[in-house]
Amino acid sequence: MASRQSAALDRKKMLADPIMVTTIIVLIAFLTLFILYPLAILLVDSVYGQDTGLTLSIFERIFQMPSFRKAITNTLKVGFTVGILSTMIGLLFAYVEVYVKIRTKFTARLFQVVSMLPVVSPPFVLSLSMIMLFGKAGIITRYLLQIYDNSVYGFGGISVVQTLTFFPVCYMMLKGLLKNIDPSLEEAARDMGASRFKVFTSVTLPLILPGLGNAFLVTFIESIADFANPMIIGGSYDTLATTIYLQITGAYDKQGAAAMAVVLLSITMLMYLVQKYVLEKKTAATLTGKASRARMLIEDKSVTLPLTILCSLVALFVVLMYICVPLGACFNTWGYDFTLTPKWFIRVFEKYKGLQAFRDSFLLSLASAPITALLSMIISYLVVKRNFRSKGFIEFVSMLAMAVPGTVLGVGYIRGFVNGVFGTGFLSGIYGSAAILIIVFIVRSLPTGTRSGISALRQIDKSIEESAYDMGADSFQVFMTVTLPLIKDSFLSGLVTAFVRSITAISAIILLVTPQFLLITVQINEFAEKGSYGIACAFATILIVITYGSVLLMNLVIKYFGTSHKLKEVE
Amino acid sequence: MAKEKKGVRLEHISKIYKDPKTGKDFYAVKDAELEIEPGSFVTLLGPSGCGKTTTLRMIAGFESPDEGEIYLGGEPINALTPNKRDTAMVFQSYALLPHYNIFDNVAYGLKLRKLDKHTIQEKVTNILKLVGLEGMEGRMTNQLSGGQQQRVALARALVLEPGVLLFDEPLSNLDAKLRVTMRTEIRRIQQEAGITAIYVTHDQSEAMALSDKIIIMEKGVVTQIGTPQDVYYHPANEFVADFIGEANFLRGPLSHKQGDSAVVTVEGNPVDVVGAAALEEGKQCTLVLRPESAVLADQGQLPCKVIMSCFMGSYQNYHVMVGNTMIKITDFNPKNKKIYNVGDSAWVVFEKESLHLL
Repeated sequence: MASRQSAALDRKKMLADPIMVTTIIVLIAFLTLFILYPLAILLVDSVYGQDTGLTLSIFERIFQMPSFRKAITNTLKVGFTVGILSTMIGLLFAYVEVYVKIRTKFTARLFQVVSMLPVVSPPFVLSLSMIMLFGKAGIITRYLLQIYDNSVYGFGGISVVQTLTFFPVCYMMLKGLLKNIDPSLEEAARDMGASRFKVFTSVTLPLILPGLGNAFLVTFIESIADFANPMIIGGSYDTLATTIYLQITGAYDKQGAAAMAVVLLSITMLMYLVQKYVLEKKTAATLTGKASRARMLIEDKSVTLPLTILCSLVALFVVLMYICVPLGACFNTWGYDFTLTPKWFIRVFEKYKGLQAFRDSFLLSLASAPITALLSMIISYLVVKRNFRSKGFIEFVSMLAMAVPGTVLGVGYIRGFVNGVFGTGFLSGIYGSAAILIIVFIVRSLPTGTRSGISALRQIDKSIEESAYDMGADSFQVFMTVTLPLIKDSFLSGLVTAFVRSITAISAIILLVTPQFLLITVQINEFAEKGSYGIACAFATILIVITYGSVLLMNLVIKYFGTSHKLKEVE
Repeated sequence: MAKEKKGVRLEHISKIYKDPKTGKDFYAVKDAELEIEPGSFVTLLGPSGCGKTTTLRMIAGFESPDEGEIYLGGEPINALTPNKRDTAMVFQSYALLPHYNIFDNVAYGLKLRKLDKHTIQEKVTNILKLVGLEGMEGRMTNQLSGGQQQRVALARALVLEPGVLLFDEPLSNLDAKLRVTMRTEIRRIQQEAGITAIYVTHDQSEAMALSDKIIIMEKGVVTQIGTPQDVYYHPANEFVADFIGEANFLRGPLSHKQGDSAVVTVEGNPVDVVGAAALEEGKQCTLVLRPESAVLADQGQLPCKVIMSCFMGSYQNYHVMVGNTMIKITDFNPKNKKIYNVGDSAWVVFEKESLHLL
């Protein structure tokens, strides 16, 4: 076959577009420097010592540590338990929402709240309330059941808390899948004589099986990457994330921590690759069709009543746990003295530099959110609408960050930037500065933003951008005048999601924050560990107010300025 | 209206794609050699997957050719990006910018060219008048019917006064009646603007109605270039004959050659033909007979048996068997003639000039 001149021509055309080339180069540099390089340096660190040369001795050493071996089994045990439980509860909720006629508005609203809560709340709120409800001074264990020595710390506590934190993610994923099943498939099975239960086991379940696997792996990764909950409620039950943290902050063993991080990263990465390249494809293959028409909801009381009640109980329990935290901040001494008092809030501001903590957290998150949102929209635009050689790299690396546990990233940044890039002193100034905290926030939120940007852009006919290009706009003008206005909603929600994720982040940041910055999440963690639940609750309450407020604000802005509003108006 | 009518020349243009299933390379367009006159209306016609849209997108600059060079008004444009080419395209989905109103959609390209406000206003107003949308500047695109959206897309391309106007199946999303109105409109506007137009379609009647010249493509290869009459009455091969209108194929050996005329024996019956100068005696050849060029009668060239007879209002539709060959016949104004029923014996009648020898 003749020589391919199209490749050369495409390159020439691209070079005629300097803004696009610069953007791509900057993106590649950013992703390489702040995602790939810190992970690579961990790998190097764990197999290469200055006096030993290339060696596996560091791995040998950490695998001989009983505490590390225990941490691996602990992590996997929790991961499997939480993955399975979350998937099951998520499926139950999704099934009830999509298939069962819910009679009361209250129940419907409850479902909505439950799916929203984990998005807006800091990651360890449930751990706090778990301790306050079921701990030694827990109101349920101590006052209702008169149990004085109940221990919530350990495997049970982590599993319950993580399941309640992560099942809404499964619920949202599976809801989308179930809605995509064409009801006529199930009607056909019913018509051929299958009972409702038989339809569920022989049609619905097989169709969503890859989706269930997908949901399981996503929660599995979240669970083993989770740092905050095991930290607060784990007690002596250490997981990989907390072990790595202790190895570096307690034992000052940076090489050991690096090797441990490599182990944790390998597990999450493997799961991520299976999820992305095996299960996601299968899900798409079995469920491509859109539902042809609305589904006949199940109205049979013997089915609807138990399912609705079961779900409502779980949902109420979750809501109760979230309410517990603001309540905890209002009483004198939780578990002993239930007189209302503002003292914890006052103490937060007067004694514990609350104002500075909120200012630092707020400003750093505020600085990172627009950069994250813009960056993820640019990446989605390049991935969906443009064709160039390094596209695969950009997509892979920016989504890869999803599989990198925060703790691993934190250790990587410490190893990678304390003495500058490759120990050369280049960029060494950013360690300990606000810049590195902002960059960590960006990297941690980038995958979520990019994923939503990509799905928003896929909805837009490619020829709309082509027509602008054809009329004489260059890539930058196309992006600014066509792409961005069309995905304004997605951009706005990406902005707020990035802000909320940043202000509630802890796992990577706790390793990188220096005393000059006070962050709310780090404060909560500190006081919760000390057992000062009143202060921790007061901090957490204010944090929840900020995040919930920003989500409300976003919804208002989208409602009045968003694209969907404008299009609706003229219909 | 256009600053300058530009011609387009494709020199040995090929485009190679990878088949996603087999992973093998194949030619989407192979060695296309085209010359499009300035100011003419040319249609790229062919079934889906024949490479017509790929060819158009290469001219617009969205795809890069793997072999050959494209010239626009004598200049090679292979390395130019779409925004730097003097072409404007009307998309199949219209691709109007949904967040702009009609005025802003049409003014978009003018604003990019940094024209002053007054000129933009004037040009947009004029062009909207030309396409019949005056007074609708403020409407959003989703308040328009399909035909109106089509007009905006056309206005938006025309207002840039491009050297060449490109159309990618612009009428395929409209209903049948509107399609006919719009194609007359497009032809009128193209003539008024005096602009070179290249039009992609798979609808042969659209191609006939619009074009000065039709370029027929099959499997990436240009099979025939000619005026609508040329390609209809003198198709280059069976594919073209079958694709443009309906065609009957009569086969048989050639004999009694005398200069231009000869005899072809179809199912044992001698048929006089003309245009045989280039053919050898004794060779198997194929004749094209259009259904409307033949009628049924009690006496004629080919004896046949009627196997289908169907009244269609303005014409009577017949399927008849001549030996083992099936022939379709449309007999217009059947009321005044004898109507044959299934099972009847009859004769197929035609003039020898109506036959085209492939």
